[in-house]
Amino acid sequence: MSAVADTHSQEHHHGPVKGISRWLLTTNHKDIGSMYLIFSFAMFLLGGSMAMVIRAELFQPGLQIVQPEFFNQMTTMHGLIMVFGAVMPAFVGLANWMLPLMIGAPDMALPRMNNWSFWLLPCAFLILVSTLFMEGGAPNFGWTFYAPLSTTYGPPSTTFFIFAVHIMGVSSIMGAINVIATILNMRAPGMTLMKMPLFVWTWLITAFLLIAVMPVLAGAVTMMLMDINFGTSFFDASGGGDPVLFQHVFWFFGHPEVYIMILPAFGAISHIVPAFSRKPLFGYASMVYAVGAIALLSFLVWAHHMFTVGIPLAGQLFFMYATLLIAVPTGVKVFNWVTTMFRGSLSFEAPMLFAVAFIILFTIGGFSGLMLAIAPADFQYHDTYFVVAHFHYVLVPGAIFGIFASAYFWLPKWTGHMYDETLAKTHFWLSFVGMNLAFFPMHFLGLAGMPRRIPDYALQFADFNMVSSIGAFMFGVTQLLFLFIVVKCVRGGEKAAAKPWDGAEGLEWTVPSPAPYHTFSTPPEVK
Amino acid sequence: MAEQQPQQGKRSNSRVIAWCMAGVVGMFAFGFALVPLYDVFCEITGINGKTGGRYEASASSQVDENRTVTVQFLASNGPGMSWEFRPVVRSVKVHPGESKAVNFFAANPTDHAMVGQAVPSLSPSEGTLYFHKTECFCFNQQPLEAGESVEMPLVFIVDPDIPEHITKLTLSYTLYDQGQPANVSGPVRADKTTNNNG
Repeated sequence: MSAVADTHSQEHHHGPVKGISRWLLTTNHKDIGSMYLIFSFAMFLLGGSMAMVIRAELFQPGLQIVQPEFFNQMTTMHGLIMVFGAVMPAFVGLANWMLPLMIGAPDMALPRMNNWSFWLLPCAFLILVSTLFMEGGAPNFGWTFYAPLSTTYGPPSTTFFIFAVHIMGVSSIMGAINVIATILNMRAPGMTLMKMPLFVWTWLITAFLLIAVMPVLAGAVTMMLMDINFGTSFFDASGGGDPVLFQHVFWFFGHPEVYIMILPAFGAISHIVPAFSRKPLFGYASMVYAVGAIALLSFLVWAHHMFTVGIPLAGQLFFMYATLLIAVPTGVKVFNWVTTMFRGSLSFEAPMLFAVAFIILFTIGGFSGLMLAIAPADFQYHDTYFVVAHFHYVLVPGAIFGIFASAYFWLPKWTGHMYDETLAKTHFWLSFVGMNLAFFPMHFLGLAGMPRRIPDYALQFADFNMVSSIGAFMFGVTQLLFLFIVVKCVRGGEKAAAKPWDGAEGLEWTVPSPAPYHTFSTPPEVK
Repeated sequence: MAEQQPQQGKRSNSRVIAWCMAGVVGMFAFGFALVPLYDVFCEITGINGKTGGRYEASASSQVDENRTVTVQFLASNGPGMSWEFRPVVRSVKVHPGESKAVNFFAANPTDHAMVGQAVPSLSPSEGTLYFHKTECFCFNQQPLEAGESVEMPLVFIVDPDIPEHITKLTLSYTLYDQGQPANVSGPVRADKTTNNNG
């Protein structure tokens, strides 16, 4: 691993170069991590503004603001941008910043590939967003792009969408290879696998998931591309294909994908809860095994997304029980977090507030997931707002709150300044209230039968939709406050100590704040 | 990969990259392997109502006179297909093991020659394994001149092993527009159809 450090220090003897080329050509994990995080937040605001269009249209029944065609483009682009543009790059950004600091490495194992995998992302999203301005409009078939909606009936821009997904996939795969190489090869002497911090563990497993399923997604969109442009019939019944095959291939990618979006958050929460409970994490080994078990099970449950397509009874039973089984390792994790807090010396700074909200609200999302997993009941919930409520409860207070918690936790390390605690707590409470106001009523809407992906609805759903929209606007506007807090923290503030949180543990707190441009040129000794 | 380190430490990055790339390529191939795997899986389990290909009737199959199965026929057009397409009889009652012939009527009302391809689906899917077609118009594409009509044959046998609780089977055909006959005469068009399930 000294090889990496040596080549690197020859390139940048005196810190970063000046100007735009620092960012275009950088191989520094901290620069690349920052770029990922900034890009992810920009995409979060873009995807969020699309959600605002959706909620504005659904504020009242009837068609007020947008036409149904554009509404469908908004739901599709919102999903795609949030999944591939906001959540995944945010975790890659956190990985870039924190993995080398946590394992005592000078940089990522493959720094030049790291640069490339970041800069592919803006290209991919430029292509994806540009479809909004194309003739026939942006993709309008939902983020799951089921065939034949996306093949026979897709807009002409679908081919651009496919190309964008290919580029995102390449970027993710390169990022994952980099993470695996870094973790396997660059740990400080003495850091055995079972001494690795949990964020490192969860990212290692996430990277394996990425390598396993992103190529399957690439295969699915490649088949779409061939069906659309080269006359094959993978998903076209008239040529002997089967549209249901698309759903199998897609969800074989799609279900592990949801764990890709949550496992790194599990890891980060496993650092934050002990830090603010001033106790070591309860059940470290069981946490590692639980994450591994969740990752393995995630390959065996994909058909629970498609119970209604006509799966034989034995298949329904298998996928139902396999899905319910995931609750066991997840329950182990929640139990361990709660037990870590039990009799701890708790304090509730912003990272801890987000972490506690994560545990409670993610569990609610997990429970609605269990309801959906029950095959006979799923026939009622399928494609209703109950599903929308479920996955927003696991993704917003799950992935997004996990990212906010991580950002507040490590901002002092990144910037060298403490963030404004009062503003951060305000951000938390407004987000917490707004998010619950937006998504909790969707449970009731779904159980009452409101279908998802519609721009208009029956009158009896009006009140809950209005409440939901008000909550969504509140949550959306609140995120501008987060932008302000981060900018303020970067520009100045109370000087942060090397270890600003007295209960925090890990190698990242042994380097000064802000972390110097080059850290751990000499590997630390881990006992 | 081009991003190899100039020197290798005792833990090799290139080895990790090689393993990861092997995983990536393997999983990409697996994505495509799901296509034939899915067909095999459907054939074994009979899900999705995919009926089997041409069935060679064996002389030994016995007719079970004690049971009667109702077979209903549905015909519908795929998107953009303008043909008239319907079964001549809506339903027939058969004894398991008995060979039965029925006809479907198709007419091309347009002013140009067209080619149609019918794709079958059987419901309930559990019955798929016990429904055998010895002759079916869906095995081939059907060309029709402008204004021409045709009665297309289907000969089938319901397997005597069909579970007791299945008393009714619904066979549904969807007819798809396959373009002009000139386009399908060449081998290119014939290759394009991957329909091997009858």
